[in-house]
Amino acid sequence: MDLTLKVWRQPNGSTKGKMEDYQVSGIDGDMSFLEMMDILNEQLIEKGEDPVAFDHDCREGICGMCSMQINGEPHGPEKATTTCQLHMRKFKNGDTIYIEPFRANGFPVVKDLAVDRSSFDRIIQAGGYISVNTSGNTLDGNAIPVEKKNADMAFNAATCIGCGACVAACPNASAMLFTSAKVSQLALLPQGRVEASKRVQNMVHQMDLEGFGNCSNVGACAEECPKEISLENIARMNREYLSASISSE
Amino acid sequence: MSSQSGIFNSSIGRKIAMALSALFLIIFLIQHFTINVTSTFSPETFNSWSHFMGTNPLVQFVLQPVLLFGVTLHFVLGFILTARNRGARDVKYVRYNGNAHSSWMSRNMIWSGLFILFFLGFHFYDFWIPEINYKYIERLPADETRYYHEVQEMFHNPVRVVIYVLSFIFLSLHLLHGFQSSFQSMGARNPKYFPAIEKFGKLYSILIPAGFIFIALFHYINSL
Repeated sequence: MDLTLKVWRQPNGSTKGKMEDYQVSGIDGDMSFLEMMDILNEQLIEKGEDPVAFDHDCREGICGMCSMQINGEPHGPEKATTTCQLHMRKFKNGDTIYIEPFRANGFPVVKDLAVDRSSFDRIIQAGGYISVNTSGNTLDGNAIPVEKKNADMAFNAATCIGCGACVAACPNASAMLFTSAKVSQLALLPQGRVEASKRVQNMVHQMDLEGFGNCSNVGACAEECPKEISLENIARMNREYLSASISSE
Repeated sequence: MSSQSGIFNSSIGRKIAMALSALFLIIFLIQHFTINVTSTFSPETFNSWSHFMGTNPLVQFVLQPVLLFGVTLHFVLGFILTARNRGARDVKYVRYNGNAHSSWMSRNMIWSGLFILFFLGFHFYDFWIPEINYKYIERLPADETRYYHEVQEMFHNPVRVVIYVLSFIFLSLHLLHGFQSSFQSMGARNPKYFPAIEKFGKLYSILIPAGFIFIALFHYINSL
């Protein structure tokens, strides 16, 4: 398979970037998108040029490191798939593929396709935890009964890998789906209820400080999420926030 | 850590204010339509209800200012949210495939909203200002039978009818996203009842604007 790639190149966060054209050939349909990018980089290194910087780690769809906006969609055209799990058989010989970084003010570009997603870490630090006494008398979490329905919903919310595709897809660059998944995974469990009120207020406050846009219920986030986190989490966070704001002193 | 600076300064607070004003306007639209539609089958009922709405002090001096506040809050918040959202992505995508994951209506609420705002300006100029002039400036005697004839005269003009029809098409597009969106913003979403809200929302978003279009066309055709 021979392809034309239009790739965003930007030396660093303070320099303006632009799209550059590259040709790659001999691409096998069984290769992953990242393996295709590896081939491009090998070509560039052989020519003495700077390889394209992009984030990746596990390459098995569970770490959330890979990103890339591929032909206008985060993680490319396949549903519920990360870039590393996207296979080149999804493209045709002769295709032109646009490859850009996830774009949002909350995700500044580090270099080329690599963006700084530490804003998500700061949202988690603001409240995405439960306080547990670890003095030696820690209770076994399994000893606390949890309704099956809630356990399943909490688990589904916890499958969010924090890749940022929700922000990248959203026309408003909103981080509501990510934040709501992290609020929900704890709010649905008895252990998370103790700090639920402060948690949602602190995490939403941090989300707003990071410069993400407002949610206008477009739904692009849930459609593009590789882990299929649902919009019900955003509704739950809205309820949690409203109730916390009314009841807080 | 300081956690918040007031609910309406937060992104969720603004969403909730937007949703509350939207739900209020959705209810108002039903009331407006119910009165208007009587003009197509009972001029007497239309005259009597219009006279009540135009002269009742509770409607005039309590409900009307609340309505004006609701409309103003909704479009001012719409402008603020759009400006903030545009500012959340300084460098735009070279290629953004919005249709792959969302509806045109949901991504273009500001444009359908602006058209509706233009219509509201026209509607005020067309209806509200003459009404204020009649009642409070010229202080003409109350006439319970004038409303039906005024409507007939208004819809005799085809330009006005085209503006009304186009505006209600945009209102329909706005509501197709806005109806279910206001429930989602209020946190009213679960797999059991949300599909019913979506279905009812679609029906409402098509039938109510279609009803207003029918009223305009009915009077225009009758005037030919």
